Amino acid sequence: MHLSRTARIALRTGAGLGFAVIYVPLLLVLVNSLNPDRSASWPPPGLTGRWWSVAVHNSGARQALWVSVKAGLGATAIALVLGTLIAFAVARHRFFGRDTVSFIVVLPIALPGIVTGIALNSAFGTVLEPLGVGLGLFTVIVGHATFCIVIVFNNVVARLRRTAASYEEAAMDLGATTFRAFADVTFPLVRSALLAGGLLAFALSFDEIVVTTFTAGPGIETLPIWIFDNMTRPQQAPVVNVVAAVLVLLSVIPIYVAQRLSADTATSSRV
Amino acid sequence: MATDVTTAAGRGTVRRLAGSLHRRPRLRLTLLLTAPLLWLAVLYLGSLAVLFVSAFWTTNSFTSQVVKVWSTDNFHELFTTPVFRQVILRSVGVALAVTVLCAVIAFPVAFYTARVARPRWRPLLVVAILTPLWASYLVKVYAWRLILSEGGLADWMLAPFGLSGPGFGLPATVLTLTYLWLPYMILPIHTALEQLPANLLDASADLGARAGRTFRSVVLPMVLPSVAAGSVFTFSLSLGDYITVQIVGGKTQLIGNLVYSNIELNLPMAAALGTVPVVVIVLYLLAIRRTGALNSL
Repeated sequence: MHLSRTARIALRTGAGLGFAVIYVPLLLVLVNSLNPDRSASWPPPGLTGRWWSVAVHNSGARQALWVSVKAGLGATAIALVLGTLIAFAVARHRFFGRDTVSFIVVLPIALPGIVTGIALNSAFGTVLEPLGVGLGLFTVIVGHATFCIVIVFNNVVARLRRTAASYEEAAMDLGATTFRAFADVTFPLVRSALLAGGLLAFALSFDEIVVTTFTAGPGIETLPIWIFDNMTRPQQAPVVNVVAAVLVLLSVIPIYVAQRLSADTATSSRV
Repeated sequence: MATDVTTAAGRGTVRRLAGSLHRRPRLRLTLLLTAPLLWLAVLYLGSLAVLFVSAFWTTNSFTSQVVKVWSTDNFHELFTTPVFRQVILRSVGVALAVTVLCAVIAFPVAFYTARVARPRWRPLLVVAILTPLWASYLVKVYAWRLILSEGGLADWMLAPFGLSGPGFGLPATVLTLTYLWLPYMILPIHTALEQLPANLLDASADLGARAGRTFRSVVLPMVLPSVAAGSVFTFSLSLGDYITVQIVGGKTQLIGNLVYSNIELNLPMAAALGTVPVVVIVLYLLAIRRTGALNSL
């Protein structure tokens, strides 16, 4: 399509504006963490690194960070196991209801978080409470794992579809047992997909707030919940600003690693 | 010597186990699927099912205890109470507005990244679109709270024109949600535009069409399914959201807020309200499926 000079310039400006809209808010968060003032008025009266050192010693934020890491690791571990199992079943077997299985996997992320949240909340209430188990970190991990499975599943199933089962057959023809073939042939083939899927699942869990609200017991506060609770308190604003800036900086890591690990994971990432 | 014998025996057992697994694909499948299906089908679908059944229960208005008596009162209330009707319509309106805004903003960006930018830069631009998806959801909403707050960036930018920012409210909610879900719209459009065969565009030009006509008659029809695919995300993510509206929406209420405020006192009503976004999203998916967009997800 031959675009006129004006059309090209217009598109370039439009795209430039689009990218500006995408990145200005993130840059603002970074700059605002250096704002000496407690209010968010623009432009800031000056720049200071003081709040960063205050934030480092903020026990609430540190505790919340630690809870988030534990929840993320737990959910990722479960999602890795279950997601990989389903991926192998769907990619390497034909069976009745295969499409239904791949549909159920997507469901927890397709439905609004609040629906998943209250469903799990009332289920935990009716099933776990009679057993004497209350809501706590454990239930947060269960909730997060439920919607993280799809991330691992997507990554692994995409990899399995691109690698033919004939490699495993060849290994077995050469005398390898099922286990040996898995350890020496299949696993190395899917390893990077597992890493990418695990990383993305952790990032998703780390960022989740809605399901957490409904599955966390008293005293269990993840980082997003901490930010949400402290966002409207003027006293805490500087620390929230720093935590927000740190999260913006950290978000570069998963995309970088996922990009390096495999080209197909970045685009199929969150979906 | 003795250890040799046991390892040999152990190896034999492993071999037998591997062999029997290999001969029985059904058994393999069962072993693969049991744990995940127990988790997803029993735990997750089970709780969802109980939730939807509980939408047909009622609560004792004095004790807030759930009374397990079948009735459609909740749904009746849902459609007859003006507040509920208003909030439902407002939520669907917000989701549609966000979707349209996303499509309008995403198109020029995607057109640039897919066809105008130098090919060498394109992969980098895709990464630039993707990166904000990984920045924390809450931080992005917080960023807009900072921008829209009194004396914030929006006020500062509009001040020379004698205007002030929209402040917190419904427009702020639509704006923030558009920002949040924009990458989900850019990406599918980018992919579709990138895959558009150049010879179709050449053919259109050879037949005398100018850029505008080629865009309307060739590009747009071929990209529309991708817009629909992107809209699935922008629409359903907006419809279920209740955090953003709490942060930048002022006093605005959406379905999510109603669900949230009913959980403690009237769980059956909350469940009934919760079915609304699910039903709307399913209807939307069914409508979109006719365009064939779901295949390109």
